[in-house]
Amino acid sequence: MSDRGKYRPLSYFQLMEVTLRELLVEKGLITEEQVNATLEDMRRRTPERGARVVARAWVDEGFRKRLLENGSKACEALGLDVPALKLVVVENTPQVHNVIVCTLCSCYPRMLLGIPPDWYKSRNYRSRMVREPRRVLAEFGLEIPEKMTIRVHDSTADMRYMVLPMRPPGTEGWSEERLAALVSRNAMIGVAVVQRPATS
Amino acid sequence: MWSSVVEVKYKVGEKVKVMKAYPLGHVRTPFYIRGHVGTIERLCGSFPNPEELAQMRDGLPAQPLYRVRFLQNEVWPDYRGGPADVVEIEIFQHWLEKA
Repeated sequence: MSDRGKYRPLSYFQLMEVTLRELLVEKGLITEEQVNATLEDMRRRTPERGARVVARAWVDEGFRKRLLENGSKACEALGLDVPALKLVVVENTPQVHNVIVCTLCSCYPRMLLGIPPDWYKSRNYRSRMVREPRRVLAEFGLEIPEKMTIRVHDSTADMRYMVLPMRPPGTEGWSEERLAALVSRNAMIGVAVVQRPATS
Repeated sequence: MWSSVVEVKYKVGEKVKVMKAYPLGHVRTPFYIRGHVGTIERLCGSFPNPEELAQMRDGLPAQPLYRVRFLQNEVWPDYRGGPADVVEIEIFQHWLEKA
């Protein structure tokens, strides 16, 4: 679709995708419309959904408690479809920093953060985040003081994880929308923290 | 939720050991944690056994799934970091034994 007019051979996986999809459609198991609708759904899910959840937790103490207790149920109350029993939200504090990884494959809270970044699926990140989290975080530009505890969450089975970052100082009285705009995807994975912009 | 569920064996705070087994097929217990002792952090609920699901069977009875907390210093002898650093992993009950 990009590079119109330029011929590029399909990669191995592109060819596999096209072949499998055409076979499934040909056999009447799925339709092209269903495939497109699913792709649209995936594109619609962006990290802004997660940021909305974080901002609400920052301004609403009751919501924060419910979110940490039962992530799926709390998100449902915000009108977000999150499969029941599946979402675990872990909270950063001045004493504890949380970070998410999936060493077995690339499990990711797609319902709140959308499509995972490529590095999240890389062998480098997946194998090293459990083994030397402080070094990997430093490579993301995040130095965690020795006296802080690091909690690595390896999502190996049915749960999906999201980090609730700390609210940055100097944002007292900010609206939910303004707060949500500060929350990056990386902060909800745990490889960054949320910072108040220097100017403003 | 499921028509049959295995009874829950472990309580929050209890010490458990991950079995040191190497079965063939699809397994959701990472290699690096087999044989290590951790503490039950929470029960996540019960889910169909993924090892059975991978064989196109129904995975029932559903297996209790726990989040188990391990001290990094115990998992990696050469770990560099704080003494309280942990890794938390979801492990199905049939991979755990009392420690």
